[in-house]
Amino acid sequence: MTTELLGAPPAPPNPQPGPAAPKADRKADRILGLRCRACGRPEPIGPSYVCPACFGPLEVAYDLDLVRGHLSRATIAARPAGIWRYLELLPVAVQPGRGLPVGSTPLLPAERLGATIGIERLLLKDDSRNPTLSFKDRAVAIAVAKAVDFGLEALACASTGNLAGATAAAAAVVGLPAYVFVPADLEPAKIDHALAYGATVVPVDGTYDDVNRLCLEVADELGWGFVNINLRPFYAEGSKTLAFEIAEALGWRLPDVIVAPVASGAMFTKIARGFDELATIGLVERTPVRFVGGQAAGCSPVAAAFRTGSDTIEPVRTPNTIVRSLAIGNPADGRPAAELARSNGGSIEAIPDEATAEAIRRTARLEGIYAETAGGVTIAAAEAARRNGTIRPDDEVVALLTGNGLKTPDAVRLGVPAQPAEPGRPGLAPTIGPSYRAFEAWLER
Amino acid sequence: MSTIRIPPVLRTSTGGQKLIEIDGTTVGEVLTALVASHPGLEAQIFAEPGALNRFMNVFVNDTDIRHLETLATPVGERDSIVLLPAMAGG
Repeated sequence: MTTELLGAPPAPPNPQPGPAAPKADRKADRILGLRCRACGRPEPIGPSYVCPACFGPLEVAYDLDLVRGHLSRATIAARPAGIWRYLELLPVAVQPGRGLPVGSTPLLPAERLGATIGIERLLLKDDSRNPTLSFKDRAVAIAVAKAVDFGLEALACASTGNLAGATAAAAAVVGLPAYVFVPADLEPAKIDHALAYGATVVPVDGTYDDVNRLCLEVADELGWGFVNINLRPFYAEGSKTLAFEIAEALGWRLPDVIVAPVASGAMFTKIARGFDELATIGLVERTPVRFVGGQAAGCSPVAAAFRTGSDTIEPVRTPNTIVRSLAIGNPADGRPAAELARSNGGSIEAIPDEATAEAIRRTARLEGIYAETAGGVTIAAAEAARRNGTIRPDDEVVALLTGNGLKTPDAVRLGVPAQPAEPGRPGLAPTIGPSYRAFEAWLER
Repeated sequence: MSTIRIPPVLRTSTGGQKLIEIDGTTVGEVLTALVASHPGLEAQIFAEPGALNRFMNVFVNDTDIRHLETLATPVGERDSIVLLPAMAGG
């Protein structure tokens, strides 16, 4: 059972201990600006995401030498739980005054599930415990902080579901209106979730990629803060906190293998970036980590590129999968995701929906964690990678469960014959009368 | 003539123009003519002559040209071409 929580160990001495927090007048010095990932051109901090010179994506650049002098294991250990304990590695000058309590989710040993896969040391990063039940709260926390910094008038997103709720909730906390664009056939639970926080939900008759194209045009013209478009350089940084928390929970070291779902590829690659930054500033030893990604077989452009060795991501026009949260046919970071898996002996696995559903059920029944479809893909990807030898039996494997199954309730029933429960066969029992005799009659069937 | 919608980040190269009408029978012809009339756009649109920059997505009437005939996709007078960054996903 997954009852033991791996907490952060006592902080060992740091060779370069710094003060508890950066000096007030130096808080933002560590944030050098934006930089084009393709050509390296610097750009000033602002709600921009595209290099004007080469059209490449912008990302945040830090002065890691400065961070090294300010951030120690002891400094982090003394701070409250949550993503802001790693402030110096995030693109925000000071912790926002208002915000949801995001992060510090548990890393749980999963011996029973691991035994069914053939992995002795399987750990589950249960990120379904974030405020809106998915890892998206991490990225949105950074994006909304920057939207407030920039004085933007509204928060918005293109969403496959989890981001809708995360954006809506974060906007509610800071008092900004939220506009959430989703495919019209999204799971109703995800739409209701965003509506509950007071968002305006705009269903779009098309795929997620259609929604995203529309939002790119809207973001350009209206100046709203689209968390995953014009705030994307900052938003994407939030996923690094997964890496920071995993390393800290392991006693400031890196695992052998990370298994994570791949949609746009941003979270997958940012975990690697997070590990790299920790090693650069001396908080962990730089040890090799294999990255195993999971995609739904019905929308697996990154897995296809990995399999063929191509450096071109061929977009999928019409995804066909129950895994809506990964149904991105034209992933922005697909190429770096495939390169990451390739470069370190990892893999990108394509998982049929039936295997995803079975993995959701198995994880719930053996470890007490009800994951959404992307979590099922992750566990099934770990199993596939174990079968093909990418993961070895004695590896320490951290698998990311990035969302809660209550958002995708239909998925768990896929492939399960519709038959009532009987004694010894769990499931939904037929309705009985409110008497012991009725129950006894059912029990003795 | 087809109409090309220029994203804000590229409008410094078009003198601030948002919509530009250009002759051509295919997307490739139209984009080549666009670059000829606005040379500042070349590096953003083409990686090399005849090959799109991998960070540039081109849509004809809201459909990605990679789902059509890429740069050979035919275009006519009423077609709308939109240039957008390759930036999809949460």
